[in-house]
This record gives sequence, C-alpha cells and structure tokens, in this order.
Amino acid sequence: MIKVQNLSKWFGPKKAVDGISFEVVKGEVLGFLGPNGAGKSTTMRMITGFIPPTAGTASVCGFDIVDNPIEAKRRIGYLPEAAPSYHEMTVFAFLNFAAEMRGLRGDARRKAVGQAVESCSLQGVLSQTIETLSKGFKHRTCLAQSILHDPEVLILDEPTDGLDPNQKHEVRSLIRRMGTDKAIIFSTHILEEVEAACTRAIIIDRGRIVANGTPQELKDRADNAGAVSMVLDGPATDQVQARLGALAGVRKVEVLESQPPHSFVRVYPDKAATDGYALAGAVAELAVREGWKIEQLHTEEGKLDDVFRSITLPDTQPERQVA
Amino acid sequence: MNSTVIKTIATRELAAYFESPVAYVFLVVFLLLAGFFTFSLGGFFELGEASLNAFFNWMPWLFLFLVPAVGMRLWSEERRQGTMELLLTMPVATWQAIVAKFVASWLFLAIALLLTFPLVITVNWLGDPDNGVILAGYVGCFLLAGAFLSVACFTSALTRNQVIAFILALVLCLLLILCGFTPVTSLLARWAPQALVETVAAFSVLTHFEGFQKGVLDSRDLIFFFSIMAFALFTTGVVIRSHRAG
Repeated sequence: MIKVQNLSKWFGPKKAVDGISFEVVKGEVLGFLGPNGAGKSTTMRMITGFIPPTAGTASVCGFDIVDNPIEAKRRIGYLPEAAPSYHEMTVFAFLNFAAEMRGLRGDARRKAVGQAVESCSLQGVLSQTIETLSKGFKHRTCLAQSILHDPEVLILDEPTDGLDPNQKHEVRSLIRRMGTDKAIIFSTHILEEVEAACTRAIIIDRGRIVANGTPQELKDRADNAGAVSMVLDGPATDQVQARLGALAGVRKVEVLESQPPHSFVRVYPDKAATDGYALAGAVAELAVREGWKIEQLHTEEGKLDDVFRSITLPDTQPERQVA
Repeated sequence: MNSTVIKTIATRELAAYFESPVAYVFLVVFLLLAGFFTFSLGGFFELGEASLNAFFNWMPWLFLFLVPAVGMRLWSEERRQGTMELLLTMPVATWQAIVAKFVASWLFLAIALLLTFPLVITVNWLGDPDNGVILAGYVGCFLLAGAFLSVACFTSALTRNQVIAFILALVLCLLLILCGFTPVTSLLARWAPQALVETVAAFSVLTHFEGFQKGVLDSRDLIFFFSIMAFALFTTGVVIRSHRAG
C-alpha cells in the first residue's frame, strides 16, 4: 500500500535521503531504524506529503503524493515527530477538529472520536486543554488524531517517545493490533520495540537503506548469531581450540576464558556453509567423541543492538529542522 | 469537500482567538482607542458634523498597530508549535489552509469593527447623518483591515517568532500608508514630477480609503484592496512552500 521509489532529498548541499526504495503491504508493520539524522523523519515527511522530494516518488494506495496529494493524504494517519497539537484546545475539541478535517460528520464523527479516545486511553482528560497535559498524554492525543479516521496507512514518527514503560507497552500492542489490516511504518530508537511490534525492519544510515528484513533476519546478521558458547571441564584449551576449528562449518573459535581445568570457548559458524543454527549438535557430538565434560552449552542469538552498531555509523550532525 | 475543510479550519482558528485572552484584550484595547481617537484626537464634537469622519480618519493608524497584532500568530505559531506539519499532512491544500486562516482572522476583525456600533447610534441620536456614507466607511475599514491582515499573514509565514512578524508587518503597512500620507506626498512633490508622486500615492491605502470615507464605492478601490490581499496571500503560499522544500 505504500510504495517508495528512489526517494531522495537534498537540503542545500547536504543529501538527507539518498535514493530510498521500499514497499509496505497490508498487514505489515515496518520498523524504521537508524541513528539520529539518518533521514528517517525526512523520509516520513516526504511520504506524508509535508515536504516535496527532490527526486523519486512515493505513493499511498496507488495515489502519488506529489501528483494527487489530497487523495493520498486522506488515506494516511500521521503522527509527526514531536507529536504537535493545538495547545489551547481541549483534547475533545482537538479530536473533533481532526475528525472534521477528515470529513467525518455527525454520528460517524462521534463514533470515530469515541473509539480513538478509548484506544489511546484519553477518557480522563477529554475536557482538559492540551497545554495542561503531561507529555505522555500530549503524545497519545496526537496519536489518537492519527488513527481516528481508521486510515489504511499509518505513519508514526517515534510513537513511544516520552511514554512510560506501561504506556509504551500499550502503544506497541495497539500498533500490533492495528497492523493486521493496515500498512504501518513507525520509527524508533528502541530496538526491542522492533522485535516486539514489527514484521519487518529497515535500517537507514546517512540517507541510505543499509538493511531490510524481518527482525530475525537482521539478528542473524550479527557476528555472534548462531555461535555456540560452551564451558568445558578437563581438556586443555589449545587442544579444544584445534579440534573445534577443524570441525566442518566452523569459521572461527574464540577462547573467552581459560582457567584450567575450565575453558570457556565460543564457536562461530560459517554462515555461508550452514544455516547458522545447526552448529550446537555437531559441537556436542565432537565433545562426546573426545570425552570432554560439558558444563554449559548454548547457542547465541544475535542481538539487534550489535547489528545496528556494526552497520551504522555515529552521526554527530544535528538533525535538520524543517519549517 | 473544499469549502468544508476551509470552514473547519476557519472555525477552529476563530475559536482559538476566543480561547485565549488575546481576543478580549484586543477587543477592549481596540474599542478604547477607537473611542479615544474619535472623541479626543478626532474632535468628534468640535467638527459639528453628523458624520463618523472623526472615527474613520483614525482607523488606518489604529489598524496599523492592531491588525499586525492579530495576524502575527497566524503561521508563526503553527511553525513554532509544529502544528503546521499536522495541518498540512491532513487532506487539505496549502492554499485552502492559508485562505481559511486569513478568513478567520478577518472575521475576528469584522467582529471588532461591528462592536463600534455605539458610535453609529450616537451620531444618529445627535444628528441626522447619511447612513449610506457611514456604511461605505465601514466597508472601507473592513477592506483596509483585510489588506493589512494579509500583509501580517505573509510576515508571520516568514518567521516562527511572533515579535519579528509583528514588526515586519507594521513596517510594511506603514509604507502602504505613508506613500499616500499628505506630508510625505508634499515632500515628494518638491522635487519629483507630478506623475511619479501620483504613482507612488496610488499605492497607498490612504488614497484608496478616502473614497469610502466620502461614501463612494469605486471599483478601482475595491480592486486595489483585493489585489493587495490576493498578492500577499499568494506570497504567503510561496513562503510556506519554500520552507517545506527546505
């Protein structure tokens, strides 16, 4: 439902987004990752039609955001980065305004506002002006605004920013729930969130996509994904290292600690040769054959964190303010 | 869909004035100053005429300060709070948002103008004025307010700082007044050819406002005010587009 092709944005001489292409289909929740200033917000602002792309196209449900902006925007729910809202309005008035802007009238409007209020747990603050609310409530008010017209496409820029752990959990389950019949893109800095809510993740660095896959696929890219760590009692460490190194499908053996008679080693699989997670059996078999006593053995799962850090570079430039 | 979106934005905008103290402070100050100018500086009683000339004469100067105060927040506030991103990613064209916000503020100024009705009652009580002339004067005031407001709308799109927007609007509106202000035109007439003086004066709101004061609704004056508004609002659109393009 969202189709982005070769999208680019220059801010003066600086390239903020550099030829990004991807697609999001119905039922997909796409996590947008990347260091600050990588171009996440700029990409989202281009898809929602707030800023025009320098090159490339983005379309929503078949409507090009540049050629047919009104039709495209009608199908998008958008939560901008800082969750802005009209501070002098009450939550109720603000949501009614948003509903009317989406062409909802009378009963349809009442129902839409009621549902959004319930989804975002805003019942208690309806008659308060937004400026008197805490950050979490302000954020949820803006989130409510983005979902009340039941859009086919949801674009959320850091939807859990500034929320407490309980609220984060609620928003994540809300995203997961809505994800079944919508196409959702959301950006985040929190990597567990990607695992908790996304069906797919894209990592952006310096305006380019550097990784695109399911959270599991991304984790598999971690150096230690599928590695077998074990603690052995008895054999000499260099002997262990030599034998393990000779095993088929082993890329490298690392000695983490050697404290005779114990040795703590990690065996890395050669990902090109095996499927990555089959190493434990072979290692255990070898240990039994050699008569080593195994104290501990487990297969490491890659951490998104490590992948993220290995493929993105720290950016020290400030994020650009638009408008 | 077009007009309902404009109506929705305009309603919200107008309500926003009354939800903050701004509206009430403005209305009180406007009415007090209007009264002061009319009766003290304008010499309403001394004129001995059954007209509101004392009132209308001062309106350009009063609007010079008060209209930029009404218009300065229009876009700068949207930019400061980031709501511009919210508003312009809703299904609305930029020009619709600009027109809607302008219309809302213009209506607010119309409300302020209408609240000067006691003056009309007073002058009718005391004498037998030509109410047609008074009506024309009010139409002129309304158009003048619109012209100044469109300028303020433009300057508020330039910056997220309301004070800067206010001062810029004030300077631009002052220019629009001064180029037809008698002391300035006579100064200019000392060395410039008559044609130039007249051309410069033709750009002044004062020149075009005079007609209305005399009770004349000249299409040229109407076109003048509407072109200022159209031009300033168009420029507002250009400014907003260039901000978004980065």
